[in-house]
Amino acid sequence: MILALAHTGQSVVNDWFSNVWLVVIIKAVAVLGFFLVAPLMVGYLEHKVLAHMQSRVGPMEAGGFHGWAQLMADGVKFIQKEDIIPAAADRSVFSLAPAVSMIPYIVVMVVIPFSPTVFALNLDVGIFFVMAMGSVSVIGVLMAGWASANKFSLIGALRAAAQLIAYELPLVLAAAAVVMQAGTLSLIGITEGQQGLWNIVRPWQLIGFFIFLIASLAELTRPPFDMPVADSEIIFGAYTEYTGLKFAFFLLAEYGGIVALSAIMAVLYLGGYKALPFLPLPAPIWMAGKIGALSFVVIWLRATYPRLREDQLQRFSWLVLIPLSLLQIMVVAVIKVATK
Amino acid sequence: MAETKGQMKAGLGLGLLKGLGVTLKTMLKPAMTVQYPHVKPDLPPRTRGVIALKEANCTVCYKCARECPDWCIYIDAHKESHEPAGGGRARSAKILDRFAIDYSLCMYCGICVEVCPFDALFWSPEFEYAEYGLSDLLHEKERLEEWTYKVLPPPALEVGAEPAEEAS
Repeated sequence: MILALAHTGQSVVNDWFSNVWLVVIIKAVAVLGFFLVAPLMVGYLEHKVLAHMQSRVGPMEAGGFHGWAQLMADGVKFIQKEDIIPAAADRSVFSLAPAVSMIPYIVVMVVIPFSPTVFALNLDVGIFFVMAMGSVSVIGVLMAGWASANKFSLIGALRAAAQLIAYELPLVLAAAAVVMQAGTLSLIGITEGQQGLWNIVRPWQLIGFFIFLIASLAELTRPPFDMPVADSEIIFGAYTEYTGLKFAFFLLAEYGGIVALSAIMAVLYLGGYKALPFLPLPAPIWMAGKIGALSFVVIWLRATYPRLREDQLQRFSWLVLIPLSLLQIMVVAVIKVATK
Repeated sequence: MAETKGQMKAGLGLGLLKGLGVTLKTMLKPAMTVQYPHVKPDLPPRTRGVIALKEANCTVCYKCARECPDWCIYIDAHKESHEPAGGGRARSAKILDRFAIDYSLCMYCGICVEVCPFDALFWSPEFEYAEYGLSDLLHEKERLEEWTYKVLPPPALEVGAEPAEEAS
């Protein structure tokens, strides 16, 4: 039944317009617009939350009201900066890397559903697509590290790659447990499957939520798992040699990644666009609120915990998270079969 | 190694949650920031912001200029003699022509204030004398005099102390 529902789901844009190309263009503009706005909002949230958690106030001047235009001012500054490419760098790879790092997260946003009808694309392999795209981003980091001709960049890139290999596994396993529960890979199907009972309320999926949260922090190289950019050890990892707009693209990729993975987490565990009965707001607002709340958690964790050591990071993934997620997937399988 | 691991495991979870609580509580409390150009900072009245000169007290003894570790005090003076009213030999006095402190060199050690034998130099709470160029930080005695207006009078003597010999 759930599968059937997911298949019949049509995007509103398809209802409004009949011309295929018009629909494609409108969807592309909407997704791109979301990608350009949401990460800036998360970036501003990070400025403010981090500041207040350190008893500061953060940006207060740009734009007048509590520095709301700070990120735009930063963007203008980045555009003005000189675009420096090191003499020994592999120029084409060096220039391509920021795009390779950023585009996967734009693509991920294509499949994020904001209501049963507000989405760009409802793929039958939705979550699989998201996981696959999410891991492409690290190739951009590897390219950046290799092409920079800088040992710090290379160490950072290799750390990022090792981290991705270690944390992709628990991430996918945790998502697989949700998929088993829902019986569909489609993000809308998974959301509809949580009608009345969000996955996070189920104890065996709650473990999965924590595994997914920790693994996505590592995947995004966010503190406390930011060894690939550990500034006190390797300057800024793979991004050391980047300036101006290219550097801004990497930052945009990081914040876009927070938005994308928060959205996926909301869909997998927090019932996506489903509202709580006592607060019947429109579905897109609920979805945006959940993305915002999870982004806040990501920032909160950054403000609270110090960076782990590289070996602690690897040990934690291979010896704790992966066995735990395997165990969890077994429990979910048993429950699924038993309650059938 | 094994011990530290055990300790880590025993404290895991609770300590992590405590940390989250600390950051959350700090976030909900008002920040300590004072938005300086919009709000004047609430400084103690005897803040050591800048060194001010009360010219009337200066006897041009040069002690401050000589003690200054980085030679940022410029003093020019000349000698004038005048006949005392009741007759007798002429008395000479040094007249201060120029007293300037180069605040691009001053390191605010306060030695000049300490050595000044006649209380001509003071710590003033004034601190807004930034300039756009280093060379503009050489401030002459007229400016140094202005800063003394903000200096508090010296604290009252203790009860039963010897009275001060002279009041400045």
